Amino acid sequence: MLKKIIFQFFALSLIFTYSAQSAESGGMPQLNPEFWISQIFWLVLTFGLLFIILSKFILPKISNNLETRKSQILENIETADKQREETEKKVKEFDKIINDTKVEAKNFFNSERQKVLDDINNKRLSLEKDIEKEIIKAEEEIDQLKKTSQEKVTKIAIETSSDLVKQLIGEDINKSSLSAIVEDLSKKEMEKHNGI
Amino acid sequence: MAANPMYQFNVYRIGPEIKINNIDISFTNASLFMVISSLAILIIFNLGTKRSIIPNKIQLLAELSYSFISKMISDTAGSKAKPYFSFIFSLFMFVLFCNMFGMIPYSFTVTSHIIVTFVLAAFIFIGVTIIGFIKHGLGYLKLFVPSGVPMVLLPLIVVIEIISYLSRPISLSVRLFANMMAGHTMMKVFGGFVVSLGIVGGWLPLGFSVALTGLEILVAFLQAYVFAILTCIYLNDALNLHH
Repeated sequence: MLKKIIFQFFALSLIFTYSAQSAESGGMPQLNPEFWISQIFWLVLTFGLLFIILSKFILPKISNNLETRKSQILENIETADKQREETEKKVKEFDKIINDTKVEAKNFFNSERQKVLDDINNKRLSLEKDIEKEIIKAEEEIDQLKKTSQEKVTKIAIETSSDLVKQLIGEDINKSSLSAIVEDLSKKEMEKHNGI
Repeated sequence: MAANPMYQFNVYRIGPEIKINNIDISFTNASLFMVISSLAILIIFNLGTKRSIIPNKIQLLAELSYSFISKMISDTAGSKAKPYFSFIFSLFMFVLFCNMFGMIPYSFTVTSHIIVTFVLAAFIFIGVTIIGFIKHGLGYLKLFVPSGVPMVLLPLIVVIEIISYLSRPISLSVRLFANMMAGHTMMKVFGGFVVSLGIVGGWLPLGFSVALTGLEILVAFLQAYVFAILTCIYLNDALNLHH
């Protein structure tokens, strides 16, 4: 029984595979030479035309474009280099100008300061001279005054003492002896004052 | 029929049958996508040729791809490979755009057909061989005799070198074709799972499908890059004989 079923299954599957294969006209269509010549013909035609058009018209244009772009880029780089050099030069010049002006300004400032200082110094010197002169003058005056005042003081002292004596005693005393006493006293006094 | 994951690779005629000398060169869906890819490349790169010092987005795209491929060529094949720049550029762009257009649902992937990739690879192989013989004459055969190999091993090495050289167009074409075919088949299979498992179990294959789409876009770019860079390496062998 089982054997029969298995046999039937195999027979059926064989029939089905056969019918399926026959329906699908088995094998690879690639190996069917019916259209080989046609395929070769059209391949040669299309590929040949493609090759001719590409190599004669399109590829030279593309290579030309690439070349021009390359040369253009090189040119641009060259000009850019040139301009960069120029700007560097200009920057150097600019720096130099700035440096020069700085030095100049410093020099100017220094010289002006020196001038002002000199001026101040001169003025101070002349003022000091003037002041010294004035001091000397004043000292001289003071000395003179000292001398004259001493004489005057003794004179006044003699006169007042003579007057006093006159009033006290009522008679004139020898002026020379009085003056001698007063001078002696005043000298002592002056020594006390100026001494040491 | 539509559930068959290989159905998407079918080529069918669009428009009338064109026959020249009994050879069928009808316009097919493959031809349509070749034309679309080429036109897209031409439109995008033509928009990218605008002459302005500061590029807009499309111009930037065009110029970046230009310098990307130019750098790739000079890195792998040296300055001698400069005359072949436009060919490698067209090759890379054509393969890339065909791969990318194939990622659009219901579109057709031109590069998933072995005949297309094989014609490209064979053209490169023959071209590189001719360049090698023109540049070095019969000295180009020295490519098969590496220096510093003991005399005893030399016959074996030469045979291996010749086989590896001859297998270049096959490996180059099969790599691209198989990658594109496998990826698209896998996406179709997972898409089929989403439908058959329905709203209950279809979420997992749907997630796989989303992840695979990202992967396939990466593969589409990578395979175009590999195709171009291998061309550069073969060109390098032909231009600068190192052995």
